[in-house]
Parts: sequence; structure tokens; C-alpha cells
Amino acid sequence: MNETTAGSILTTEGIPLKVSLQKAERRNKIRAILLVAPLLLFILFTFLIPIGDMLLRSVDDSYINTVFPKTFKEYKKWDRQDLPSEELYKTMFFEVKDSEGYAIGKASTRMNYAKSGWKSLLKKSKRKFKKIEEGPYKEQMIAIDKKWADMEYWKALGVMVDATTAGYYLNAVDLKYNVDKEVVRQKENRRIYNHTWVKTFKVSILVMIFCLMLGYPISYLLSTLPLKYSNLLMICVLLPFWTSLLVRTVAWMVMLQQKGVFNNLLVMSNIIADENRFKLMYNETATIIVMTQILLPFMVLPLYSVMKTISPNYMRAALNLGASPLHAFWKIYMPNSVPGISAGCMLVFILAIGYYITPELVGGKDGQMIGNWIAYHLKTTLNWGLSAALGAILLGVLTVLYWVYNKLVGIENIKLG
Amino acid sequence: MALPSYATTGQRVGWYAFLTYCGLVFFFLIAPIFVILPLSFSSSPFFEFTREFMNFEPEAWSLRWYRQMVGIASVGDTTVVSNKWMLGTRNSFIIGISATFLATALGTVAALGLSRRNMPFKGTIMAILISPMIVPLIITSAGMFFFYSKIGLTHTYLGLILAHTALGTPFVVITVTATLTGFDTNLIRASQSLGADTMRTFFKVIMPLILPGVISGALFAFITSFDEVVVVMFVGSVEQITIPKQMWAGLRQETSPVILCMATCLVALSIALLTTVELLRRRSERLRGIKLRN
Repeated sequence: MNETTAGSILTTEGIPLKVSLQKAERRNKIRAILLVAPLLLFILFTFLIPIGDMLLRSVDDSYINTVFPKTFKEYKKWDRQDLPSEELYKTMFFEVKDSEGYAIGKASTRMNYAKSGWKSLLKKSKRKFKKIEEGPYKEQMIAIDKKWADMEYWKALGVMVDATTAGYYLNAVDLKYNVDKEVVRQKENRRIYNHTWVKTFKVSILVMIFCLMLGYPISYLLSTLPLKYSNLLMICVLLPFWTSLLVRTVAWMVMLQQKGVFNNLLVMSNIIADENRFKLMYNETATIIVMTQILLPFMVLPLYSVMKTISPNYMRAALNLGASPLHAFWKIYMPNSVPGISAGCMLVFILAIGYYITPELVGGKDGQMIGNWIAYHLKTTLNWGLSAALGAILLGVLTVLYWVYNKLVGIENIKLG
Repeated sequence: MALPSYATTGQRVGWYAFLTYCGLVFFFLIAPIFVILPLSFSSSPFFEFTREFMNFEPEAWSLRWYRQMVGIASVGDTTVVSNKWMLGTRNSFIIGISATFLATALGTVAALGLSRRNMPFKGTIMAILISPMIVPLIITSAGMFFFYSKIGLTHTYLGLILAHTALGTPFVVITVTATLTGFDTNLIRASQSLGADTMRTFFKVIMPLILPGVISGALFAFITSFDEVVVVMFVGSVEQITIPKQMWAGLRQETSPVILCMATCLVALSIALLTTVELLRRRSERLRGIKLRN
């Protein structure tokens, strides 16, 4: 019934109104999309694709296959029971001899992750293979180095035959493939990452808790004071927020070092003796203190904006009805402020978990977090697969948290002062 | 909520304890920043308050580190004075200002689209656009380092500007969308019905109203770029020194008090920016308040 009535209404151009409206709706939709498109594409190319590209590195194992294609093809025929045949030795021999030194170097670094010793073996062999003119190659290679007769080395190649590997992810949680491609734990002295993951979570949770403990009271104060005072005090929260991260870190170095302001004040006021100065710098304590101060504004801003909306009448009503101030706070004010607590805590935790600069500068050896290991493998060991795997796990954790945050708080409600 | 006159002694004690605690927290937030200001005028090469310095003895106070910062060697000073700091300042401003312009333009336009009623997948797109703020810088830098080197953008100013633009846009999107909530769309209709085209409507009606948000977003984008060091280290070349990169190098290697001088300058800059943003925010609230009254 309605359809015919709506259909019968025509616009001045003689098109049914419904069609015309739909068209206008569609045009508006396209207009909205066109406005967002430039930034979306920009973020896609400068940000999302680079990160995706890095994540691919965490499973990529194709390089070695480009250096030893024939060897790996021959390798698949090997029964893994006895030493390989002359044929496999021969292909290996020629691929090592004929490859560029650079390619062998890069491939041997990868092979060293599977079995340490490969790198030196290949380096030595590459030099000596030049003198060998004709076969049989097996005996001559073994004569150069006994390792060529070691089954362990040959078996270890099996881990790398596929173009993708889960090896870096295993390394990132202190596991590894043994030469038979079984998952085993790393040797005792090489287990570092599980410990670091735990520490990263521990530091982030502690920073979150401290931020809440420090941030809740001042947010309460700010939201109940008259505007002219609270605006003034708000500057104390916003100024650190606007001050360079490095400047704040330097400031804390001045405060906390052995001869720093804090220790000097304690010594001057005779609370501690000159030789018992606190070690507050270059350890986990420093990381936690400095990160708490740096992230505190991210806790205060969402808390403050929620507390602003809690009417003081609720508390007055509760007190009027005979609740003690503490009871009224716990039963009335606190539940009303929960959205602010969750927003602040999640934001602080999300930002804390990936911190790099502050732990690097003030954390010393003991205060390093997972971000620092990512940087270390990127810059120092050049084990990019491992840093990508560590990054991918961190990013996975963050994506879940970010998703929850979006559901709980709504991403558009982030407060920036 | 001040203390009522009928409060009991216990409540009074509790209230003052609470105020003291808050005072300490504010002190914790603000004190470290102000500790470095006097120290930058010390003549000591270490980051510490010496007894002479505390007693205001003239020789303990000096501007020598400031002179070194701007590249003027003092007489008899054996340190080789380079003007790395000035070079860094120049680079920081070039990169920061370019990235700010790009981020503001892209972010404002996108925020206009996101605030439209008929934007599909609003939540998902918003989450993607804000993600550069959430993803740890070390992961962003690693990704950019690999990808930008593939397409030849590493060690270029363009690469750094694009990277910093990506990091700055979330702030612009957030501040401009915030200004646009409660924006009266009837104003656009009024403008169009009076014969203004889209461009004229944008510049004469929308822009003046969202300008405070746009400027705050721009300032956020600027400070983000100005303060950023990890991406610069990975994507930039050794010669591409910026202020934070030079500070980082200074902290890791030589620990020279020049860092404190630069830090003091940066604090002054952040005070200036904060004041601007606060004034703008109030102006924006006032503008929207007037609109509501009509």
C-alpha cells in the first residue's frame, strides 16, 4: 500500500521521490568517502603497508632458497639416515664456490641460526674450494673440514628448505627447532625473551596501577574545584603532556642519578648517609618512575572528563541518606567513574607496553622491555626476522587491546586536553 | 567541593591529607621539568647542583653552554664547537612544519568526511586512522625502515616528512572531529540555500567554526614531529640531525650540559604551544556556546 503511495509521489523532474532520495543518499555517501579517501590512502601507503611488509619478514625464509636452489632440490631426496650422496656434496660444492661472497655471507648467517658453526664452516670452505678442480668432491670437502662429515650440519639444512618458517616466532618465546625440525626449548643461557615478555607486562601493569593511584585523586580534585582554580592546576597536567619526551627523560636523569637532586636532598637533610645513596637510575625502578610521570596525563585526562559529568548531587543525596563519606564514595562516586578508569588504564597500558626510548635511556640492563630487544636486533645483530617476530607478537597483543578499547571507550573519545 | 562548616575533625584531617597528597602528585608531575631550567645556567660540565651553584657564586653561573649551543666558541675553550644543534634546529623546523601542513590538510578533510551522517564503516576507518598513535614507534620505525628503503625514501627529507605526517594525522583527526560534534549542519544548508557553492561554504562558514580545532590539531602534529626521534634514527641518514636526535646522541655518548640548554628552550616552546592551545580551546567553547544560544 505504502509502496504505491510513495511511488506515486514524483519530484519536479518526474522521478519517483523514493528513487530521487536514494540517489541523493548515495551521492552523499560517495562524497563522504571521497573526503576520507586521501588520508586513508596516505596512511595505507606510508604506514600500514610498511608494517605489513615488516610482518612478512617474520615468516620469510626465501633468501637462502635463492642461494642454494639446486642443493635444496637435491636435499629433498636425501633419506637423513647416512651421510648424503656424492651428488648432494657436489651441488653444494658448486653453489658455494660459484656464489657471490656477499650472498654466502648472508645465507650463512641464516644457517647459523639453525646450527651454529655453519658460518665459520662456509667461510673456510669458500676460501679453500677455489683450489679444488675436480671430483670426487665428498672426500675433498671432508678433508677441508671434518664438519662436512657431521650429520648434524646436514640435518640442520632441513629446517630451512621451506620458503616460510615459524622459527623466528619460536625464538621469540625461547623455543627453537632442533636439527630434526622438532620444537625444543632454547638452552638455559639463551632464554631471554619469556623473561622480557613477563617484565614488559609487569612494568606496564605497575605503571598503569601507579598512574591510577596518582591520577584518580587529582582528577577528582580537578573536577570538583571551581573552574578558575582547576584550569590553573590543569596546566600542571598538560605541561608535561606538551613537553618533549626526551626533555622529561633528561629531567629525570638529573633528579634520580647518584649525585642527583633527590639523593642530594636526602643527604643534605641527613636522612641517609653520603655513602648509602639510593641507586635509582639505570634499573627497573627508574623505568617505572619515569614512565609513570610520562604517562600520567593520559590517565588524568579521560578520568577528568568522566568525573566532570558526575553530578555532585549524587554524593549529596547519599550523604543525606546517612551514608558515611567513604561509603558514599565507594557505592556512588566510584561506580560512576568506572568508564574513566577503564579508558585511562587501557590507554596507559597500551602506550606503556611498546615503550622504547625511556627504558633505553634510564632502564640500564635490568629495565629493558621488549621494544628494546626489537631495536637491538634491528640495529645491532641484524636478525631482522627475529625483530619482526617480536614486533608481530607485540602488535597482536596491542590489536586485541585496541579492539577492546574501541568497544569499551570508543576510539573517537580519546582526550587530548 | 570544599569542606562544609559542619565537618567533623576526622573529615577535616582526611580532607587536608587528601589535598597534601594531590599537592605531591602535582609536584611529581611538574618538578622535574623545572629542575633543568636553573641547571642549564651552571658552568659545571655535570648534571648536578654544586654547592657553589646553590650559593649563587658568580663563577658557578654562566652562559657557556648556551654559547656552545648556538655555535659560538668561548675563548680558551678546548671543545671543538660544531653547530650540530643549529643544524638540528633547522632540520627539525623544516620537517616539522612540512609534516604539519600535510597532516593538517589531510586530517581536516578526513575529519569532515568522518563526521558526515552517511559515512559507511565509520568505526573501522576511525580505528585505522588513529592507529599510528597507538602502534609503538619502534614497530612503526622498523616497518618504515624496510619499506622505505625498498622504494628509495630512506635518507631523504621526503621520507621523514611523510613518516612524520602519518604520525601527526591522528591528532588532527581527533581534535577536528571533536570540534565537529555538535556542529549545526543547518548552517551549511543556510549557506547553500543563499547561493554559496561548496568551496565558499567551506571557507566562509565551516572553516571559521572549526578553526580552533584545526589549529590545535596542527600544533599537536607539529610537536609530535618536533619531538620524534625513533623514526628519524631508522629512516633518516647520519647527517640528517634533528634536535631530539642530537639530544639522544648527547645522552648516550657525551652527556654535555648543552642538552639542558636545548631542553630549556624546548620547555619554553611547549609552554608557548600549550598557552595557544588552551586559549583556542576556550575560544572554541565560546563560539559553540554562542551557537547554542541562538
